[in-house]
Amino acid sequence: MSRVHQSLAHDSAVQHVTGRARYTDDLPEPKGLLHAAVGLSQCAAGRIMALDLGPVRNSPGVVAVVTAADIPGVNDIGPVFHDEPVLATDRVDYWGQALFAVAATTVEAARRAARLAQVTYAPEPPLLTVDQALAAASFVLPPHTMQKGDVEAALATAPHRLACELRMGGQDHFYLEGQIALVLPQDDGGFLVYSSTQHPSEIQHKVAEVLGLPSAAVTVEVRRMGGGFGGKETQGNLIAVLAALLARQTGRPVKLRLDRDTDMELTGKRHDFKSRFEVGFDDEGRILALDAELAARCGLSADLSAAICDRAMFHTDNAYYLPAARIHAHRCKTHTVSNTAFRGFGGPQGMLGAEFYIDEIARQLGKDPLDVRLSNLYGPGRDTTPYHMQVEDNVLPELMLELEATCRYRQRRQAITAFNAQSPIIKRGLALTPVKFGISFTVTHLNQAGALLHIYQDGSLHLNHGGTEMGQGLFVKVQQIVADVFDVPPAWVHLSPTNTGKVPNTSPTAASSGTDLNGMAAQNAALTLKDRLAAFVAERHQASPEEVRFEQGEVVVRGNRLAFAEVARRAYLARIQLSATGFYKTPKIHYDRDQARGRPFYYFACGAACSEVAVNTATGEHRTTRVDILHDAGRSLNPAIDQGQIEGGFVQGMGWLTSEELWWNEAGRLMTHAPSTYKIPTARDVPHTFHVSLWERGENHEDTIHRSKAVGEPPLMLAISVFLALRDALASLRPHSRPKLDAPATPERILWAAKALREGR
Amino acid sequence: MRLRFLLNGAVQEVEAHPSRLLLGWLRETAGLTGTKEGCGEGDCGACTVALGDLDEEGALRWRAVNACILFLGQVDGKAVLTVEGVAQGDGTLHPVQQALVQQHASQCGFCTPGFVMTLFTHWWRLGPTDRASLDDLLAGNLCRCTGYRPILDAARAALALPGGDRHRDEAWRIVRQLRAWHDRPPLARGFVAPRNLDALADHLAAHPGALLLAGGTDAGLWVTKDLRDYDHVVHLGEVAELRRIGVADGHLQVGAAATYTDLLPHAQTHWPAFADLLRRLGSELIRNSATLGGNLGSASPIGDTLPVLLALDATLVLRHGERRWTLPVDRFFLDYKRTALPKGGFVERIDLPLPPPDLTLHVTKVAKRFDQDISAVLLATAFRHDGHTIHTARIGIGGMAATPARARSAEARLEGAPLTPATFQGAAAALASEFQPLTDLRASAGYRLEAARAALLQAGAAAMGDEVALPLEPVA
Ligand SMILES: Cc1cc2nc3c(=O)[nH]c(=O)nc-3n(C[C@H](O)[C@H](O)[C@H](O)COP(=O)(O)OP(=O)(O)OC[C@H]3O[C@@H](n4cnc5c(N)ncnc54)[C@H](O)[C@@H]3O)c2cc1C
Ligand code: FES
Ligand code: FES
Repeated sequence: MSRVHQSLAHDSAVQHVTGRARYTDDLPEPKGLLHAAVGLSQCAAGRIMALDLGPVRNSPGVVAVVTAADIPGVNDIGPVFHDEPVLATDRVDYWGQALFAVAATTVEAARRAARLAQVTYAPEPPLLTVDQALAAASFVLPPHTMQKGDVEAALATAPHRLACELRMGGQDHFYLEGQIALVLPQDDGGFLVYSSTQHPSEIQHKVAEVLGLPSAAVTVEVRRMGGGFGGKETQGNLIAVLAALLARQTGRPVKLRLDRDTDMELTGKRHDFKSRFEVGFDDEGRILALDAELAARCGLSADLSAAICDRAMFHTDNAYYLPAARIHAHRCKTHTVSNTAFRGFGGPQGMLGAEFYIDEIARQLGKDPLDVRLSNLYGPGRDTTPYHMQVEDNVLPELMLELEATCRYRQRRQAITAFNAQSPIIKRGLALTPVKFGISFTVTHLNQAGALLHIYQDGSLHLNHGGTEMGQGLFVKVQQIVADVFDVPPAWVHLSPTNTGKVPNTSPTAASSGTDLNGMAAQNAALTLKDRLAAFVAERHQASPEEVRFEQGEVVVRGNRLAFAEVARRAYLARIQLSATGFYKTPKIHYDRDQARGRPFYYFACGAACSEVAVNTATGEHRTTRVDILHDAGRSLNPAIDQGQIEGGFVQGMGWLTSEELWWNEAGRLMTHAPSTYKIPTARDVPHTFHVSLWERGENHEDTIHRSKAVGEPPLMLAISVFLALRDALASLRPHSRPKLDAPATPERILWAAKALREGR
Repeated sequence: MRLRFLLNGAVQEVEAHPSRLLLGWLRETAGLTGTKEGCGEGDCGACTVALGDLDEEGALRWRAVNACILFLGQVDGKAVLTVEGVAQGDGTLHPVQQALVQQHASQCGFCTPGFVMTLFTHWWRLGPTDRASLDDLLAGNLCRCTGYRPILDAARAALALPGGDRHRDEAWRIVRQLRAWHDRPPLARGFVAPRNLDALADHLAAHPGALLLAGGTDAGLWVTKDLRDYDHVVHLGEVAELRRIGVADGHLQVGAAATYTDLLPHAQTHWPAFADLLRRLGSELIRNSATLGGNLGSASPIGDTLPVLLALDATLVLRHGERRWTLPVDRFFLDYKRTALPKGGFVERIDLPLPPPDLTLHVTKVAKRFDQDISAVLLATAFRHDGHTIHTARIGIGGMAATPARARSAEARLEGAPLTPATFQGAAAALASEFQPLTDLRASAGYRLEAARAALLQAGAAAMGDEVALPLEPVA
């Protein structure tokens, strides 16, 4: 029987509901454990004139304090470029930057002490926004351009042209479990690190580099995270490194768990963008040329901004064919925290821009935006992207038409028009938008994974792979994949924590690739063992290996049925190796960044959503009243898990575009640094009518694991439909208007947009 | 401080510091790590536990509360149930847990113990399962992974599943223990929880420097976020008079330490618009602890009930030592977070005049998020009119000045004026020129003015029978 394509519960579901699931802070505390806290800068930009840590050291319970001077290796945690200090040396570049770390006997003692430093700064006027950085030509990396065709000429001859601009805010991950690491010094001078991280290998490398040790001296382990969303791809580095520095200094185990406010001030977020478009199109609204200029706020260092901005550029077409295009992006350096990966990794910002300029075209022409969307989709003969990749498996035309019909878009469009005509204050809006999201790390070498599988003599299996579990259901999917190879109950496959000592040189669990990569690697390991067992059984029964079948926990050959456990035991006795590694690298992909040309993606994951909203145009308050989603997860490995990713991603995206607002004061301090001030969606924000379907015809035409498609990130961008539905509702206030609405669409922004429309501005 | 309580059915005798909070004690001292910390400020619900006490009939009642900001002293003589104590002894899952598993309602699982506990209390009282009630119930539990749909489904499914009998079968044991403790001497030294009003008044007057604690939903944050430490806490929650709510002398008399949860049904009876506001104040978890007295004591310009008290012409009964006096609420707020209450004094009771038949109360709370958000602007209006003329008008407003305030010039424009849109336009203009709000992370000054104007116009429209309400359902 097939063990995949089944809705198994999350492997830890019972541990979750009973409170038995252990997160890093729940691990039994080692003897002599010290607790750490971080001292943060209270200045956004400037030189440090004096740093007096006397009061910190003298505070009750304090055992050790580390500053940049105590770093034996390199003072850097930059994941790609080496431009981000662990601890500030002579200057600070954002409010909340780490100056020092302190270890004490209790959490409270450490946190109290961390607030006692006497710091004098020579403050400089900070660059806080994209505009300020652009004006000052302050960049973390050089700009980058993708180009196809003659944009100037195509714009010049286009029957219609428009220019538009959109600002979109960043987003805090708000993983429920904050950043944490627990570091234990080992007797050989090495360190064992428990970290809530999506990237154990990078934690290993960074701890080793900062401590001046070989990588092999550091082992990193993580069983599960309480949410990651990209926020634990690089942002755990600092936490683990600080705990390791203190552990090294004291020779004692050290735990650093950030409180929520520190977490939100100290660690990076989704990039906010300002995007400008100039677009030429015909009478139907078909695009002839696009000139796009994106600018992202990267913060003080590059972190992953190179790849994030590239991904924004890769998605500036979303699902639409651009005959001529120039996409140019700036990576702005500001005196704010270094922005980082967040579910979608720049894709959402690129895609929101695309859906915005399409909406502008439709409104300028007075057409239903859905018609303009449909007529711009990729299609036969219209299938090369601005980075010269051919779109092969183009499912969206069919998928969108199906959604249009099932959600009764046209009828509801009419009903909404009628409703708005008689309702002066409450206005409704509707939008149906597609998602086409490129799957693969665009940094090609990251598209590899390893696994390690053991079979014990009783037939139980022990699986390890390079992926990390943050709630997305990776472990249960890989468990199913391995169980399927042997056709044994998934419960026989024991999942072990991700550990750099078992599978080395892993890529981050990111880019939605966790299952594609690790599932394949684990399957590869399982097939190796299966082949060994089949050969062994075949030999014993004078059969060919092809005749050996694995069925429901048994091995069948020539009419003999052997229990799987029995086969394992006999294989052991016959000295067959029952342990194997597996490896996978994604085929077909290549990309020449200098030319901005190639096939960066193995395939695209697609979906579409139709959202309906209601807006109180007098106060700006609004509600999402109905959402219909049709999403292509290929042949889903686990439909329940995938549905969870779709719903959760959608609601998270809705938060990004509506209620989640990051607000800095003039001095450059982030003032929304806790859930009291930073508002992610609650249960009430989920629409009463919420239809989510996996596309039944979905099947990956590439040879992915069981023909499934990655599903972690793409659904977040389905929520763009909510933003455009809000814009649609506003547009009803004045015929042929192009409402000026930036994201997030807070009540305030909506009210100003409504007021401008009413006043004819 | 030495206290006693039941933890998952077992008696605990605990020695702790007066400002020790329950969550830290559970995780660090008791080693129960199922209850999580997500924020330490009452906003995420990862720390939810059920707190059991006896209701008026003496029956066991479980209420969900935020352990992160609950002082350990507040659980003295009560029962605490954590996620570890929900399943049967043999490991059989409770219906709530089963439903969450069946509906695939956990992803990372970090929020899950909190949801289990909130849903457990709902299961215990066989709560309503319509969507609005569940939204109210869950507003204080954030989940960043699932998008809530499966959790809502689990909430409904749990009530239909069999099991969980142990909790009902063994409730009598808890009741017996809590009753036995009821006669224990009140907590003293460090964490003082007097049982009668005079003892409280005397103690406070004698120790004006002590922390006066009601629900702790403001004060708890001073410990978790400001890292303050209190050697002397005086808790109001054990004084029965202070928790009483009843009608007398034409007023609803609300004991200052009555929780919002207890106030809600009374508000629903007399002022449905006030009840609607209370449902948006904090969350179920916060309302199970938080009190009207605490809102007054904090006297924040964005305290949500305060404009309502102003609009309703509430009278406060104040107490200092032996002295007891009354004060109209509009004379209570002196300046930013400064009140007319002398140090060592406290609010005993809030008297709300019962509404005459011609009174309409309208409340608008504008915030970035509907649930559990601090208001950018809150406007409460109480009009008496005969359909043609407005006889009296009271407008309480929050978020627009250093204190909650009455919008007196707008009131003046309304009183005696005809009930027409033009009257309200004039009043709204007066309102906007009366205040100079601030710009901050919640809203700009301009937006506050604009939203306040709109709120007053909507109150006017409602008085004229034309309520503006956001629909919850799609168009067709
Ligand atoms: C997550 C969260 C959400 C919240 N949401 C809201 C909201 O939506 N709207 C809102 O208005 N508030 C909100 N609050 C704030 C808080 O819940 C309210 O102010 C509440 O009314 C405080 O009551 P309490 O009993 O918990 O006060 P405590 O924290 O116990 O006390 C608060 C202050 O009042 C004083 N005090 C308490 N009782 C008295 C008394 N009888 N006489 C004199 N002084 C007294 C105390 O000494 C202390 O200074 C929220 C808080 C949290 C943590
Ligand atoms: S930890 Fe977030 S509410 Fe208590
Ligand atoms: S399951 Fe992760 S926060 Fe709810």
